[in-house]
Order: sequence, then structure tokens, then C-alpha cells
Amino acid sequence: MKNVKVLGTGCANCKATVKLIEDVAQQKGVEIQLEKVEDISDIMTYGVMSTPSVVIDDKVVHAGGVPDRKIVASWF
Amino acid sequence: MFDQLATLIAYQWFGLDPLSHSGSAIHFFIMDITKIFFMLIVIIYLMGLFRAMMSPERVREYVRGKPKWLARTLAILLGAITPFCSCSSVPLFIGFVEAGIPLGVTFSFLIASPMINEVAVVILIGVLGWKLTVLYVAAGLLVAYVGGVIMEWFKPERWVEDYVWKIQMGEVNLAKPDTSLVGRHRFAIHEVKEIVGRIWKWVFIGIALGALFHGFVPEAWVVEHLGGTDNWLAVPGAVLLGVPLYANATGVIPLAEAMLVKGVAIGTTLALMMSVAALSLPEMIILRKVIRWPALALYAGVLAISFTLVGWGFNLVT
Repeated sequence: MKNVKVLGTGCANCKATVKLIEDVAQQKGVEIQLEKVEDISDIMTYGVMSTPSVVIDDKVVHAGGVPDRKIVASWF
Repeated sequence: MFDQLATLIAYQWFGLDPLSHSGSAIHFFIMDITKIFFMLIVIIYLMGLFRAMMSPERVREYVRGKPKWLARTLAILLGAITPFCSCSSVPLFIGFVEAGIPLGVTFSFLIASPMINEVAVVILIGVLGWKLTVLYVAAGLLVAYVGGVIMEWFKPERWVEDYVWKIQMGEVNLAKPDTSLVGRHRFAIHEVKEIVGRIWKWVFIGIALGALFHGFVPEAWVVEHLGGTDNWLAVPGAVLLGVPLYANATGVIPLAEAMLVKGVAIGTTLALMMSVAALSLPEMIILRKVIRWPALALYAGVLAISFTLVGWGFNLVT
């Protein structure tokens, strides 16, 4: 099962990203472990400076802005 | 072109009277809505093709370790073209500090980024013309450069929250962006949907306000209270007005256009635009997580004074 982390301090874009990922995963019937990382020190350990960012199985797949639906779909 | 379309719709189809307040306001509304959304879509797409290759992480790599004047120049030029979301201010700030980039350079970046964005620039060209747009961009870059320098004089290091210095930033482990033409096209289309989707309400409101101003506020009133290049108080007033008006740089342009047409001085209008874009309360609140109030107050103060000076300057030379 994929471990998906959404990094962000809680602004509207971050929430939108979480919802988008949940929607797409559900649509594709893929089970994921979704976490929100909101602590800034933790976020920085991933080496990103633009949020929201998405980390899947410890690899950063996206940083900055809400990702495109098609791109999210391609992750699962 | 958009003027003619608006004339067709407002005056021929709806039969409104061009001399009436509402007729005039609605004509302005239709003209600007079509013009601005058309330009928005075109320019965001084109910039998207280019921006698929830019990110704050890259800027950080380019800027770190360079001599200060070069770092600052790169920071403001790259800041002007880098996509920026307010909530990224904090990780961005920390990332720059952690890379050893001088605080003043970071502040220069933070000033340039929201104020100069390609959307605002293109719309400005369409609405105010080349000359004024170049002046706006030049003024913005100058304020960003000088603002960063001034911030540095006050040694803002002492106001940065302690934890920022202790953060270890991980290796930038970013997947390589897709720079093929197809990949960039997809990114650009996504940018259009995302940005227009995010700002259309603000643009709408801005245009509506502009239309109301255009249709209902008599020119004489404007010239008497706001206009004219010899109204000194109007400029700081415009700067103050910009603070609560947190829209984005784009939304305020239709209002600025209406104000200019009615005779408000250019400097005053520019001061308002810059203030709306760069002096935003939400941004200050977010930055509070990394710097303390004295630094925030200094930041706001430097910007407010700079914008006022720029406004007065423009009024003097035009």
C-alpha cells in the first residue's frame, strides 16, 4: 500500500490537494495511507520550499500548487 | 476589439443608453471581462510553457553562494517570474536561510515575487500601455532591491525565530520536471485552469468595482478629491487603502484602469496597485511564523514608504 504524504501548513491549496488525492484514489479503487504533514520542521526535511507538496513512499513527486488531476491519477 | 464587442452587446442588443450611468458601467464591465479573461488565458498558458522549468528550489540553488549584489539581482529577477503561493512564504524563507542566503536577499525575493507577476504585466500592457508597464516593473524591481538592502541595515537576524536557524533541510529530492513540449503543454494548461479558477472571483469583483467607478462616479468628484498630480495626500492614502484590499495584483487592475480614465494621477494609481499586491495582511500573518513583529513592522514600513515615494515620483514626472 502506498504511503502518501501531503506537506503543507494548512492553507486552502493544501486542503484541496488532500481532497483531490482522496478522490482520485477512491475513484481508482486504490488503497493508500494518506498523511498530512503540517509541522514546518518536518516539511523542510523533504527538501521542498513550495507547498503544497506530495511525497509518495518517501520520494517527492510534486511541489508547489495543487497538482493536476491527471498527474495525481498517474501516481496510482 | 473588445470595445466593439461590448458596444455591440451593451448598446445594440440590450439597447442601453451610452450616456447613462448604468449603460456606461455595463459597457465597461463587458469590455473588461472579455478583454481580461482572454488575455489571462493566453498569457498564463504562454508563461506556463516557460515556467514548467522554474521553481523556488531552483532559485535557491542559483542564488546560494553568490556575491551579495549578484544574489540579490538574481533573486528579484527570478522572483518576478517564479510562481508563488502565499503559504509557501514560510518554507521558502526557511529554505533560503538554511542555504546561507543573506536575509536581505530573501526579503528582496519576497517583495518581488507577489508584486511582479506575468499576469499583471500583460494585463497592464493591455490596459495602460507599454510605457507605464515598463515603469511599473522597473519600479517594482527597484523597490525589491532597495527594500532588501534597507531591511539588512536593521540587522533583521535578531528578529528571526530561533527554530528557523536550527532546521535541517533535506536534500532536494525532487523528481525531474517533464520538460518535453507535451509535458510543458500539460503543465501550462493546468496552470491556466488552476490560476483562473483561483482568481476569477477577484477579477470579477475588481472589474465590477471598476465598472461602478467608471459609470457612477463623476469625473469632477474624482479630480477634486483624488486626482491631479498636485494632491500630495492622495498617494499615501492610496498606499493605506491597498493594505486591507488583499486581492491579488490582477484583480485591482480594472479598478486602476477606471481610476486613471477618470483623472486620478498615475503615481497615485501605481501606489495603490503595488500596495494591494505586496502589502497584504494575510501574508504578514503567515510570515509571523518565522519573523517577529519588529521585522514585520519594518518590512511593512519600508514598503509603504517606498510605494509612497514611487507614487510621488511618478506624479512629479508625468
